[in-house]
Amino acid sequence: MDAFLASPIGILAITVAQTLALLVPLLIGVAYMTYAERKIMAAMQMRKGPNVVGPFGLLQPFADALKMLLKETIIPSGASRGLFIFGPMLTLILALIAWAVIPVNDGWAIADINVGVLYLLAISSLGVYGIVIAGWASNSKYAFLGALRSAAQMVSYEVSMGLIIVTVLLCVGSLNLSDVVRAQKTVWFFIPLFPMFIIFFISILAETNRPPFDLAEGESELVAGFMVEYSSMTYALFFLGEYANMILMSGMTAILFLGGWLPPFDIAPFNWVPGPIWFILKICLCLFAFVWVRATFPRYRYDQLMRLGWKVFLPFTLGWLVLTAFVLKIMGWLPA
Amino acid sequence: MSLSTDDTPAAGGTRTVEIDSHTINFGPQHPAAHGVLRLILEMQGEVVERADPHIGLLHRGTEKLIEHKSYLQALPYFDRLDYVAPMAQEHAFALATEKLLGIQAPIRAQYIRVLFAEISRVLNHILNITTYALDVGATTPSLWGFEQREVLLEFYEAASGSHYHANYFRAGGVAKDLPAGLTERIATWAEQFPRFVDDIERLLTGNRIFKQRTVDIGVMTAEEAMAWGFTGPCIRASGCAWDLRRSQPYDIYEQLDFEIPVGTHGDCYERYLVRIAEMRESLKIIRQCLAQMPGGPIKVQDTKIAPPKRAEMKRSMEALIHHFKLYSEGYHVPEGSTYTAVEAPKGEFGVFLVADGTNRPYRCKIRAPGFAHLQAMEKLSKGHMLADAVSVIGSLDIVFGEIDR
Repeated sequence: MDAFLASPIGILAITVAQTLALLVPLLIGVAYMTYAERKIMAAMQMRKGPNVVGPFGLLQPFADALKMLLKETIIPSGASRGLFIFGPMLTLILALIAWAVIPVNDGWAIADINVGVLYLLAISSLGVYGIVIAGWASNSKYAFLGALRSAAQMVSYEVSMGLIIVTVLLCVGSLNLSDVVRAQKTVWFFIPLFPMFIIFFISILAETNRPPFDLAEGESELVAGFMVEYSSMTYALFFLGEYANMILMSGMTAILFLGGWLPPFDIAPFNWVPGPIWFILKICLCLFAFVWVRATFPRYRYDQLMRLGWKVFLPFTLGWLVLTAFVLKIMGWLPA
Repeated sequence: MSLSTDDTPAAGGTRTVEIDSHTINFGPQHPAAHGVLRLILEMQGEVVERADPHIGLLHRGTEKLIEHKSYLQALPYFDRLDYVAPMAQEHAFALATEKLLGIQAPIRAQYIRVLFAEISRVLNHILNITTYALDVGATTPSLWGFEQREVLLEFYEAASGSHYHANYFRAGGVAKDLPAGLTERIATWAEQFPRFVDDIERLLTGNRIFKQRTVDIGVMTAEEAMAWGFTGPCIRASGCAWDLRRSQPYDIYEQLDFEIPVGTHGDCYERYLVRIAEMRESLKIIRQCLAQMPGGPIKVQDTKIAPPKRAEMKRSMEALIHHFKLYSEGYHVPEGSTYTAVEAPKGEFGVFLVADGTNRPYRCKIRAPGFAHLQAMEKLSKGHMLADAVSVIGSLDIVFGEIDR
């Protein structure tokens, strides 16, 4: 048996099994994220939300998925066919492959690589291509404007996100995501780096095109922005991609600031709970905040969003990065 | 995006490519078009260069149709103009007909009409403020607002029998008296309503994003507002205290105590603030109406204009004849013309009515406030971004039922 597992086929089989073990719960999570969002928003808006399909409407996500699958895929005659279909595929693929490096528990990552943080940054930066390609290939003005907005938006927020991650890395001394979590044994990073935690959360809202930064799809201005020409499964892929991205970014927040799989206190009742449960709970907390923000705030305007990114977040994170480096050096806390 | 290319290469073999503005067809199927507005936007990138509203997609020929209807039959058309606040329009037509007939509604009827005119104002402002919030991206207020609107529409239904298209006001009063218990229900509602306004204000008034999206957007000075024919909250936000309920009071507005909220700057944010303040003032008026409303008849006691009592018709031949004549031929209105305007929630809603002595109006011209507001679209959104054009539409409070008529 050991010989089989060490053979190339064995390694492949293990990786496929691991991938399925991660992706299947993830996709179910995406499905129920849509349900949770609708239920939470409904509660905040004094209505009921989905409650017809199945008990408490619990089968609603599957009914929606089925509906999407059965609908006709409409490709506009002016569209660039190949790219039009490639855009949503790219979005979903990127949202899923990023999960390869996420440690769900100590040692539970499909690829526990030493440049995990860089990998995540690279993948999430590529995410904009799906949207730009979709916006361009649709050959529609609304979609095109949405794509342009999205490109500008993602670039501006990744800069400050990068600086925040560098700040965390300074405290950790490693680019390995498991090491990032292990470094938070004593204190989770959101306490010493609280302002960065807040800015990081706002940046991931912008990064995932969620309200109040949902300019790329800005319903009341651009109707649905880059998604305006999409229907059926091509639309569903965007939808899945967006929600998978939200969960991914919440996972990143949990890993960078909320101590990943670690329990809040390393004492009796808390450390009985297995690590993945803690990790999932932390992700849920972030996702709840996503929904809460959506129900509360109006949408930013395009130029205001850029101003916030470049004139507020960038200088602030840069300043805080220098400050952190300074404090670490003076106090001799720099990790080896 | 159109590229105008100069096809003849210049001396050096270079070619000048000039990129002009591109046009966007905004609506009529657009979530922010508030019905069927079609806006041709000439854009320079994201900046609006020219906004050209195209109207008429909801034209039903109301004015012409009214020429072929008796005065009683004409009234329901007014519900269908600004269908967000139906009774406010009925009020204008009822008053205009009364003026031509030379009658006045009994005092109780006047109170009931003012009560429902103010309920309509609240109905309208709830819808406008919350959908306006929706236009700038805040989804929650609209869902909260619809719950309150539903309560108010139930009052409509209790009084008139109909949820939306009430057909309740009449020349010479109202159709029927308020049912038992309705005033108490309205009073209970009036108790809790300020809390709802506070909630909405907590979500919007101080919200930084909402302010960034609305302050200094679509600014109209008082002079410009007058020149463009603005009325209602839109002109009051510009700092001009013009309100027909105060300047030429009708029904019992003269005896009621209320303030006229006025802005200073005339931007989208102040138009919102004025509407919030007006809801609170309307509430004051509603409370006063409930407190002061006397008993008595609810329509003129002239059976040539108002139908006789049911019981009387069983005994009196004359009453039966009156009833038959009223509901077949209708009453005749003496020759003359009038322009009668009321302060509808959206602004001055006027009816120019020409009577030729028959049972039908010779001409009925309707002045819709939204029409005057919409024409300023270009002036208000020029130089702003696409997203601002959307908030300008929201702040103008446009309903196509009255604009297209």
